[in-house]
Amino acid sequence: MIAQIVFLLILAPAVYLFSKNVAKIRRNILLGRDENRSDNAALRWKTLVKVALGQSKMVKRPIAAILHFCIYIGFIIVNIEVLEIIIDGIIGSHRIFSVFLTGFYGLLIGCFEVLALLVLVACIGFLCRRNILKLKRFSGVEMTVWPKSDANYILIAEILLMTAFLTMNAADYQLQLLHFGHYIQAGSFPVSGTLAPLLPYNASTLVLIERGCWWFHICGILAFLNYLPYSKHFHIILAFPNTYYSNLNPKGKFNNMASVTNEVRAMLDPAFVPETSTPPGSFGARDVTDLTWKNLMEAYTCTECGRCTSVCPANITGKLLSPRKIMMDTRDRVTEVGNNIDKQGIDFKDDKSLLDTYITREEIWACTSCNACVEACPVNINPLEIIVELRQYIVMEESQAPASLNNMFGNVENNGAPWKYSNADRLNWAEE
Amino acid sequence: MLQPDTIKKSEMENSKSEILHVPTMAQMVADGKQPEILFWVGCAGSFDERAQKITRDICKILQHVGISYAVLGTEESCTGDPAKRAGNEFLFQMQALTNIQTLNGYNIKKIVTGCPHCFNTIKNEYPGLGGNYDVIHHTQLIQQLIDDGKLKTEGGESFKGKKITYHDPCYLGRGNGVYEAPRKALETLDAELVEMKRCRSNGLCCGAGGAQMFKEPEKGTQDINIERIQEAIGTNAQVVAAACPFCMTMLRDGIKHFEKEQQIEVLDIAEITVRANGL
Repeated sequence: MIAQIVFLLILAPAVYLFSKNVAKIRRNILLGRDENRSDNAALRWKTLVKVALGQSKMVKRPIAAILHFCIYIGFIIVNIEVLEIIIDGIIGSHRIFSVFLTGFYGLLIGCFEVLALLVLVACIGFLCRRNILKLKRFSGVEMTVWPKSDANYILIAEILLMTAFLTMNAADYQLQLLHFGHYIQAGSFPVSGTLAPLLPYNASTLVLIERGCWWFHICGILAFLNYLPYSKHFHIILAFPNTYYSNLNPKGKFNNMASVTNEVRAMLDPAFVPETSTPPGSFGARDVTDLTWKNLMEAYTCTECGRCTSVCPANITGKLLSPRKIMMDTRDRVTEVGNNIDKQGIDFKDDKSLLDTYITREEIWACTSCNACVEACPVNINPLEIIVELRQYIVMEESQAPASLNNMFGNVENNGAPWKYSNADRLNWAEE
Repeated sequence: MLQPDTIKKSEMENSKSEILHVPTMAQMVADGKQPEILFWVGCAGSFDERAQKITRDICKILQHVGISYAVLGTEESCTGDPAKRAGNEFLFQMQALTNIQTLNGYNIKKIVTGCPHCFNTIKNEYPGLGGNYDVIHHTQLIQQLIDDGKLKTEGGESFKGKKITYHDPCYLGRGNGVYEAPRKALETLDAELVEMKRCRSNGLCCGAGGAQMFKEPEKGTQDINIERIQEAIGTNAQVVAAACPFCMTMLRDGIKHFEKEQQIEVLDIAEITVRANGL
């Protein structure tokens, strides 16, 4: 009875705190401009199933894909076990599912155990790739102390959770063999069964180990849940809505700005009257609140895997631009703006902005708009959109484009070609 | 800023074919005719001497298969692509709306472009501004002509046994998913098609897109076209096939950088097709 009360006293605040932090992230995402991404639901579900559930874009890097797949499947399946733990914790039962599922329960436990072992191995593999093999993809200017530690904390937490889970099962299995108390025979325990002989052959010690691991496991899971909103690991949640709201257009297609269309039409035809008068506002993005909610959702979805940066032609050739940094800067800035709102009120403005304080102009002018980063992202994040919106602010609000680009603009405007050629010579090639 | 290529006159014409006749829309309309397809030449295709040769080759192909086509000539103007990618939406829409007015005025239905940037802009970004056309890139036209048996790859230069590698332009490949059409044109050659490690959706940019063509690159360890051409050289190909005038400039600069002009040619798919067909 006391255990049940303690359990509820831990569970309730954990769930409350997590919901509160998720609501805060949702609020931050909605600080972005409106954009309609709810059309074509059928194709959107298909994209979600293929890219997020089916992990279709992970396979480009097979080793990472296999290791990630183990953890991903493990995460989904082991959640069934977590459900049982929560029910047991609340009503004070032991392995409640074994009562209903009987024979099938053994199979289920078998699956959990194999998956837990795979998760354990995959996490060790990932730790090695980051800390021993030191893959280039996991370094870079934006990969400072926190992002690197964050990644290691996640992997270590998962290793600890799986170890506790398997140790708990091993003790439980041993107690089942001893026919001790309520520890009823509940399956074959293929992985922990092999660990069982390593444990002491004493019922009270075994109960202590089993209960200790049970509490450690569930408290660890709740702590990990509350770590998510502060971590890149939040992608396990946002990957799904983020792929649902993917850009469904060809990657080469950039949005046309409707507010500009009205002004240009009025310039070309003085008799033109716009159908809907859109408020002029400002062009492009200087800060995160000028970006769309989808850009901001993508920033929170990014798990800093660095596939984008590793294929970016500018980054490969030593330029400052790193698409991963664009996403991380956007996330860090919108989080900062959100914290300011919480502390100082909705109208508070600090003297910072995404452009210049976080992302330098040198970075965004190095982009070739080649879409390699967009193609590489396993969860359909688009750093290019943010880059172009920042460029639009610099060009249309500040008229601060690099001089050579201003020359190009002048040529297009005056001669209808980006170079200084007379339009009258446009057909000269045909007369050779 | 990269200047358009200038090349010696003698390099330019190596075909033995019929005289090229390039009709303009204005002439067509004056004669009361409507062409089947409009050939959108693009600024590079109009002014860059190296790209002009590709433009003439596209015309040769059109003329050879007997498709009735026309160009806009002096009525054509930049699609606005470099302005848009550089963030100048005003200038882009000025160009787009003016061009759409011209195209709609001539009642254009079908367009073939010589440049993936023009292709992408007209195909994807003009419809929202009132310009709805059936747009294809010249490599797609060539693929269709091969499929229809109108281009047979005979009577011209043999590419048999030659190693050819194809560089995917970003706005054709990743931008619009056109990977097969250019390869199809190469597959009919009986040549050995070798792929670079970074090809198709993983293709590495030549470094010119996003208005980079018109500015100096930012400080780095090397230029993007050098990185790319090293990969192409690594395949031991004798021909690097391109499908974009900007890629053409960047790749040729890379070849010059390594002084490989004698060993490696950079050719557009249209040029290869014209050579193989002896046009």
